[in-house]
Amino acid sequence: MSVNLPEDPTPIAKVPSTENKTGGWRTFRPVIHYEKCIRCYICWKFCPDAAIHFAPPEAHESPKEALSKFDTVEINYDFCKGCGICANECPVNAIELVLEENFRGDEE
Amino acid sequence: MKKLTIPEEEHMLSGHTACLGCGATIAMRYVLKALGKNTILSIPACCWAVIPGVYPHRTLDVPLLYTAFEVTGAAISGIREALDAMGKEDVNVVGFAGDGGTADIGLQALSAAMERGHNVFYIMYDNEAYMNTGIQRSGSTPMGAWTTTTPGGKKRMYKWEPKKSVAEIMVAHHIPYVATATIAYPEDMIAKLKRAKEIKGPKFFQILSPCPTGWRHAPDKTVEISRLAVQTNVFPLYEVIDGKYKISIKPKNPKPVKEYLRLQGRFRHLTEEEIEKIQRHVDENWKALLKKERCSQEEE
Repeated sequence: MSVNLPEDPTPIAKVPSTENKTGGWRTFRPVIHYEKCIRCYICWKFCPDAAIHFAPPEAHESPKEALSKFDTVEINYDFCKGCGICANECPVNAIELVLEENFRGDEE
Repeated sequence: MKKLTIPEEEHMLSGHTACLGCGATIAMRYVLKALGKNTILSIPACCWAVIPGVYPHRTLDVPLLYTAFEVTGAAISGIREALDAMGKEDVNVVGFAGDGGTADIGLQALSAAMERGHNVFYIMYDNEAYMNTGIQRSGSTPMGAWTTTTPGGKKRMYKWEPKKSVAEIMVAHHIPYVATATIAYPEDMIAKLKRAKEIKGPKFFQILSPCPTGWRHAPDKTVEISRLAVQTNVFPLYEVIDGKYKISIKPKNPKPVKEYLRLQGRFRHLTEEEIEKIQRHVDENWKALLKKERCSQEEE
């Protein structure tokens, strides 16, 4: 007698949660003012949603020539829930929280 | 080019279902950054049982075993012994439980696992109440806090019993490594985890993770409150290696506890005398800790 086992005998969660676009939860949108950003990566360090990632140095302007060789950061608005920790922790106040309503209708 | 103070590798994906400004997710992010991909996690009922999302979603890049509330200690012991039997001794086994699942419900399984001396990590992320089920009081809820089961009203039934020191209970188990950490000091937390990784035997971490929902504070203040907890001596950062105490951060001029309390809605009801009482309690604990550190140094 043969036993037919299902292909996947134990349920294993395989779908990455990045399918889940949590950006829709946002009330306030953090906006980085790159002309102030000193590329210290503190926002990246404290983001609870891991929604801040690095971008090549030339992607955005930098306030000083000496900083322009360092990578810059970008916020992934697909996942950012808008908690505002980045804006609160930014040492140079380069991140502004803007009410999400102001972006209504903008195609990202 | 970039200069980073913590590892760049990321094992926690975006899109998880934690509340805005959740401290526990930041804690998990750092733990996985420090321990790397070669890790197996076990999580009981707690906030983190919900955060990875519903089946078939996954948020973590590492294997994860869900267990019942009270058995995290037993589950990690079993995983460890099975891995050892298979010759996979380089895999980190981590129990990641909330304060309810550690200080109250999971205490006996944890105690047994620590006493048996399995080579495991047990990480208690301390959000100071049963936050996942609706902010009920736990043994780890601090003095003076409001929770849904210690409500206010005319009788003022706020929790007045002192917070249980689980880290001290673990020290009493004579395990090789016990440490406290908090999310505002990631470099300190990651250095401790890396140090613990080199030690064979049970390792216990208590990580203070502020909870905007349960502590009733603005979500953007999570890291600030966690930092204030250390600067006011409410939650001192220390490690105990083979019974020897070492305080990691000693604030030069500790801030008054009031600064920590006033940011949180759960302490909003406190009167000046009550704040004074909490201040005295914090000062006593801090002095006792300094004494323990001095004793450890004298022994050497």
